[in-house]
Amino acid sequence: MSGKVNIAEAPPGIEGPGFFATTLDAVVGLGRKNSIWPLPFATSCCGIEFMSTMSSHYDLARFGSERLSFTPRQSDLLMVMGTIAKKMGPVLRQVYEQMAEPKWVIAVGACASSGGIFDTYSVLQGIDKIIPVDVYVPGCPPRPEQIIDGVMRIQDLIGNESLRRRNSQEYKDLMDKYMIK
Amino acid sequence: MSPLTKEQILSYFEGNFPNNYSLSSAPSDLLTFEIPTQQLYKIVSHLFHDDELGFQFLTDICGVHYPDNTGEELVVVYHLHSMKHGTRIRLKVKAPISKPDIPTLTGLYGSANWMERETYDFYGVNFVGHPNLKRILNMDEMVEFPLRKEFPLEDPTRVDKADFQFGR
Repeated sequence: MSGKVNIAEAPPGIEGPGFFATTLDAVVGLGRKNSIWPLPFATSCCGIEFMSTMSSHYDLARFGSERLSFTPRQSDLLMVMGTIAKKMGPVLRQVYEQMAEPKWVIAVGACASSGGIFDTYSVLQGIDKIIPVDVYVPGCPPRPEQIIDGVMRIQDLIGNESLRRRNSQEYKDLMDKYMIK
Repeated sequence: MSPLTKEQILSYFEGNFPNNYSLSSAPSDLLTFEIPTQQLYKIVSHLFHDDELGFQFLTDICGVHYPDNTGEELVVVYHLHSMKHGTRIRLKVKAPISKPDIPTLTGLYGSANWMERETYDFYGVNFVGHPNLKRILNMDEMVEFPLRKEFPLEDPTRVDKADFQFGR
């Protein structure tokens, strides 16, 4: 421990004595990306890697995600880790629908991303068949470093997202494509 | 009590259901009988209620699909266990795939309920008289019986192994 505390860098803006002007997008994005509340949806071995990621050794809390939310209504990031059987599909979809906007999804591991080795009648061939996915983490299972990298890519997305994105026609079309609401 | 010998079981079958069974094999000394589908309930009921034998534990039910055996494509295998003797036997019944009717054993064994549902789920065997014959493991919307041989094992919606992904 160096004793040094890392503070998020201020977004670009105009600074003067007693004031700092920047865009609202940048400030909100900065706040959101450093206080993600993840909802772990762990069904198999990738979930074990996630437990390691959350624990003291890798410590996802360093990225502002120490507060796991086990209710979808309070969470920002749905982390799907593990094989999703077709029977589980509607459950996952309902969890996604219960999350409040803005929400992001990360598919951790080969199974959540594409079905992985389970190319068979009972397994959903990637969760992007039923819900939109923002970041895919490859691996079987991925190492904690990879999961952390996936979360950091999510942070990039959150930090750069326009406040109007969720009201845009493009986003509505995306939701319509998945027939969500 | 000591385990039942092969001879004891065979003489019981010969004495009680002559001409109604055939011994198909005995791998690892596990006697395997083929019995007529109509006689299934009667024979198992005998084995269950007989004080000497006491086959009162239904270990497993499973299905097999032999697409080339015309007229008897579906086979259902029952593993019966006698707690009294620590002895196990196996029964096989056959049914045509066009009319896969097999009498239920739920009247004898409570455990038959879920196992028959599972066999129905994967092979489409119609257990006549079952109180609640519906899917148990697969999702309810599924229309096929996935362990029948004509059903493709790989999911047809899978694209990442398709030829175009590799420039073919």
